[in-house]
Amino acid sequence: MPSFPRILLGLFCLLVAVLLLAPTLVVIPMSFNGNKSLAFPPVGFSWQWYGNFFSNPDWTTSFTNSLIVALIVAVVATVVGTLAAFGVTRAAARTGGLLRALLITPMVVPGVVLAIGIYAVYLDTHLVGTVTGFVLAHTMLAIPFVLIAVQASLEVFDRRLETAASSLGAGRLTVFRTVTLPLILPGILSGALFAFITSFDEIIVALFITSPYLKTLPVQIYSSITRDADPTVAAVGTLLFLATSLIIIAGLLFGMRRGRT
Amino acid sequence: MNAPQRSTGAAIEIRKASKRYGAFTALNDIDLHIRPGEFMTLLGPSGSGKTTTLNLIAGFTDISSGALEIGGKSVTGLPSHKRNIGVVFQHYALFPHMTVGKNVAYPLTLRGIKGDDRERRVKRALDMVKMADFAHRYPNELSGGQQQRVALARALVFDPPLLLMDEPLGALDKKLREWLQLEIKRIHRELGTTFVYVTHDQEEALVLSDRIAVFNGGRIEQIGTGRELYDNPATLFVGRFIGESTVLRGASDVSGNDTIMTIGSDRVVAHGRLAGDARPVMLLRPERVALKRAGADVVTGENRLSGTIAEAIYLGSGSKYEVRLNDGTIAVVRSPLGASDFAIGDSVDIAFMPADLILLPDDASADVTLT
Repeated sequence: MPSFPRILLGLFCLLVAVLLLAPTLVVIPMSFNGNKSLAFPPVGFSWQWYGNFFSNPDWTTSFTNSLIVALIVAVVATVVGTLAAFGVTRAAARTGGLLRALLITPMVVPGVVLAIGIYAVYLDTHLVGTVTGFVLAHTMLAIPFVLIAVQASLEVFDRRLETAASSLGAGRLTVFRTVTLPLILPGILSGALFAFITSFDEIIVALFITSPYLKTLPVQIYSSITRDADPTVAAVGTLLFLATSLIIIAGLLFGMRRGRT
Repeated sequence: MNAPQRSTGAAIEIRKASKRYGAFTALNDIDLHIRPGEFMTLLGPSGSGKTTTLNLIAGFTDISSGALEIGGKSVTGLPSHKRNIGVVFQHYALFPHMTVGKNVAYPLTLRGIKGDDRERRVKRALDMVKMADFAHRYPNELSGGQQQRVALARALVFDPPLLLMDEPLGALDKKLREWLQLEIKRIHRELGTTFVYVTHDQEEALVLSDRIAVFNGGRIEQIGTGRELYDNPATLFVGRFIGESTVLRGASDVSGNDTIMTIGSDRVVAHGRLAGDARPVMLLRPERVALKRAGADVVTGENRLSGTIAEAIYLGSGSKYEVRLNDGTIAVVRSPLGASDFAIGDSVDIAFMPADLILLPDDASADVTLT
């Protein structure tokens, strides 16, 4: 029989969990609303908002745009961020610390401030409403996440393994490919995932540099909800919630399998 | 026994080599010649330059000045991955994401050896270190001794003409260390590869080596077989580092071909004399000393110094005593099983023959605590 304080603790945890999850879970019933309204609780039941998401070009294009931008950002930010992590970890302690602080600023500076700066520069360079513009801005925002994830892996990586590989006949590139890379791969993968998500759900900078010809999904969600309060937004939210849950579950399972060997 | 093929070991020639890190000189003008197939141990306290020498041979650092040849060819500027040298590290350095089999196959894969040939050579190398049953395990599933055996197999599987070992047994307990010493000796005998072994443990050096180079303060003090170093140390440092010893100091005089030292009210005679005008000290090995009751059993010609027993240690195979002599010097004496026992505080004499004293020039730098 659990003691009274334990029960109390359990109840408290449950309360916190409900508080954290409720706003997300509210979206699911709303997406099946029979009426064209975002009212909660929903009235009736229908799949029409899911149908709308997959058939309305406004939604499909913005979704594809976001996907393309986020995928490119994930690749570019992972490569650049990983290289930066090597530089920061292996430079002299003082230089490394300074570089790291510099590279992490996009995470610390308020998004709006960044957005204004980026917008001003993009107006001059005609990057507003272009894929290049989105990729550049989002890569900048994503690099700190990759840097932090990869640096954590590199700090526990035993560099003597590189010396050993070299003595066995491996050149520097081979050492990287066969020893360093496989051992810091978990860090790189989680960095890539963070980079993808950073870009995919970024709204502040996107609102500034978007144009009628290039909208990302968050921009489309925002304009849809301010314009016509259409439950399609809830359908999109539910789909994204499902997708991220699957990715996280897959990641956990993968991590558990690795932990066993 | 199914060992990798006998290879011809490489000779190493180091001439006037120095290594400087900024203002610090890690290695000062050393000369070292290692013969093909030899087991050479670089012995010395930490910071003496032995590991620096190994890193130079391996190509992990470059020499600041001097010449380094392996197998008759200069390797200056040649990166480590092109030197074809096996290296075993103190911390094993097995790749944690590869099985034992993959670890050992790694250098073969890099050399383009594939398929059955590779399998056969991996198995042969693992057989040699008695680890064939563990090929599918990961390094973190093995004990330290097992990991080091795998590391040894990995360093030898590509038949390098030279194997370097940097304190490979330093992290293991005593029993395991002694067993692996014999394994390493056996493998060296079977292969004919040149082995260069770094250690700070003089007993390990004596067990393993054909010859030993004794390092101190970035220089080599002496190179020789274990017996040569023990019986005829060139410097006080070598005499004290190899084996146990008692150092006698005092005012000394030369009489004919003998050196006579006055210690307190006693006189000690040693055969021979030092060249030049260095101040002599006398080095005495514990097994050359007899322990006697004060004034008893006098033998003609022997030296006697009196003192009291300061420490008595029973070792099973005999006893070890520390005797505090009248001038305060601590003398170390080993007495065999069956010799009469002494207790702490007993008044005793230590007795030894003039021929058993080793005469060496005094050297204050040899007095650092040796651990």
